[in-house]
Amino acid sequence: MQELVAALPLSPVTLVLLFPAIAIPVLVAISNYRLSAGLNVLFSGLTLLAGVLLLAAPRIRGDFLIIDDFNIFLIVLTAFVGFTTSVYSASYIGHELETGKLTPTFLRFYHAMYQAMMGAMNLALVSNNIGLMWVGLEVATLATVMMVGIYRTPEAIEAAWKYFILGSVGIGLAFFGTILIYMVSSSVIGSGVPAMAWDEIVAHAGQLDPKLLSLAFVFLLVGYGTKVGLAPFHAWLPDAHAEGPTPISAVLSGLLLNVALYALLRFKMVLAGNPFAIDAGAILMTLGLVSLLFAAFMLYRRRDIKRLFAYSSIEHMGIATFAFGIGGPLANFAGLLHMTMHSLVKSAIFFAVGHVAQAKGTQRLADISGLSTTHPALAVGFALGVIAIVGLPPFGVFMSEFLLVSTAFSRQPILTVLLVLGLLLALGALLLRLQDVMFGVPRGKSEPVKASFVPLFVHLLIALVAGLWLPEALVRWFRGVAALLG
Amino acid sequence: MSPLWFDIAHLFAAGVLVLSLMLLYQDRITAVINVFALQAVVLSLSVGWQSIVQGAPHLLATAFIALIAKGIIIPTALHRIVRKLDVHREVERVVSGGLTMLAGLALVALSILLVQPVVETADPVAREDFAFALAVVLLGLLLMITRRNAVTQVVGFMSLENGLILAATGARGMPLVVEVSVAFSVLIAFIVFGVFVFRIRERFDTVDVNVLERFRGERREHL
Repeated sequence: MQELVAALPLSPVTLVLLFPAIAIPVLVAISNYRLSAGLNVLFSGLTLLAGVLLLAAPRIRGDFLIIDDFNIFLIVLTAFVGFTTSVYSASYIGHELETGKLTPTFLRFYHAMYQAMMGAMNLALVSNNIGLMWVGLEVATLATVMMVGIYRTPEAIEAAWKYFILGSVGIGLAFFGTILIYMVSSSVIGSGVPAMAWDEIVAHAGQLDPKLLSLAFVFLLVGYGTKVGLAPFHAWLPDAHAEGPTPISAVLSGLLLNVALYALLRFKMVLAGNPFAIDAGAILMTLGLVSLLFAAFMLYRRRDIKRLFAYSSIEHMGIATFAFGIGGPLANFAGLLHMTMHSLVKSAIFFAVGHVAQAKGTQRLADISGLSTTHPALAVGFALGVIAIVGLPPFGVFMSEFLLVSTAFSRQPILTVLLVLGLLLALGALLLRLQDVMFGVPRGKSEPVKASFVPLFVHLLIALVAGLWLPEALVRWFRGVAALLG
Repeated sequence: MSPLWFDIAHLFAAGVLVLSLMLLYQDRITAVINVFALQAVVLSLSVGWQSIVQGAPHLLATAFIALIAKGIIIPTALHRIVRKLDVHREVERVVSGGLTMLAGLALVALSILLVQPVVETADPVAREDFAFALAVVLLGLLLMITRRNAVTQVVGFMSLENGLILAATGARGMPLVVEVSVAFSVLIAFIVFGVFVFRIRERFDTVDVNVLERFRGERREHL
């Protein structure tokens, strides 16, 4: 494997960025939607291949790019979910074309934006330069804004507008924080490019001015926290998930939220290196817990199936943030596992929800019922997804939540009571909905689903296997990253 | 550094801030756009001066981008949009002017109080600039919150970006990579905004965001 990677004319890091970049103009140029959907799958597959090759490639620490254990697993995860979603999207958009919700012109644009988003997320993940990381997240945000508004219904435009305004404000504040970090690091490292390199900043964290560093973190927290969807900065998230195309909801929840959390964690690592700066962990714990509890209560009031799972995403990002806030090897391990599992399971759920919405012609929960009699295969996939996401065994989410609760009890017993309360509330809300959707009396129109269930069940299978057995190598790896996070 | 140089840097940065405050009480859309254009010009002067003071020629490029893109091209385009949509005579406000101004002044005081004691280590030019920049960012936010018109919200966002550029140039020797990308992102932002403004017009015959809010997904259920 290593020889193979060494023999490549370009390093896998370049390829991870290059494939989406090539795909954008190609996909804009092609008007046949079947061909462009196929090419979208092909390019996403190539990116995944490059991501896997990255595992065998040597680690990099340059002024602009960095590959370490932390981001390498997120790159592979991003490329994998990006690939399966592109497969799902190919079957999903056929139906949207038939019903006239999308026109071929918009599809060209949709595929190009999909690749732009994937490329930008990869850029944010591999960049060592904190400015470049910001650019990646900004471009990814703009690409998703365009896609959320693509149906051009009043609801979609309202959602995209809200996402755009809140997203830009968040990203603006994050940039202010980035400048502050540069100011504080340039006074120690010296001005120029190295002062923006994350690994240099971490190496000198102890010498940096703690007050300025704390101020910078507050800006970064509000800025990137908006993108993670932490309450109270979450207002854009349910609308954006509900009104955009379902493949976009899947990648938003499964990937973009993760990438934003990743950015936040990078800065937490800087603060952890300075004993006089504010305690980033305590802030993350609070925000995580608030998001979890808030979302858990909100789950009971949802009437739209995609909004329901959007709030569930807020809940799960809250859990992961709480885990990283507690810190320490075990909680970080749980947080990383939770990020991975949530990403796989939530995108699987959105795949199922997309099929359901297409079959029933609506997203209103009140009109979706009796799925087990009308669409048995889909119903099984959907039910397994919900069982997995609420944290019931034997799926991977159970593992990560169990690990988190057990380690949190010894460290923060009172907060853990709240954590468990939030988990149980969310479990109740989702199982209640599941009951109606599965076993109610079938109502409304119901069309057969032509799309393929392969991406859905592949994701669920991985989550199931991870819940039963994690490979030794993966455990060692997660441990290494957890130690890195401090 | 001689006090005069310092004072001039101060003057320009404060000019950007004053124009931000002026934006708050403009009630005509055309006036909002004009004040924004003026702010971009003052910003480019400030950036240009920083480039001389810091001996950093690459900042001249940033100043030039700010002047051309935000001082000329974007305001011209916005004027055209506004005329096309026939909203150039519109007057709009949510919170009364006096209250908005008071809130704006409070934000300026807040940012000075926040930044001054914290940024002791940095050189004085950077410190003053930074307080101003933060104030401009917060005032941009305030403008976006208090106005309901899509075009004014665009201007609020871009004025927020002006504050970011002011901060970025105040930080000595910040690499050009970032500045170019900021200009780039403003451009994208503008395209997106343009697209939305037109789509909003197409659908509802107005650029008033209040109309949009009737279409919030779940609210329909309660009607």
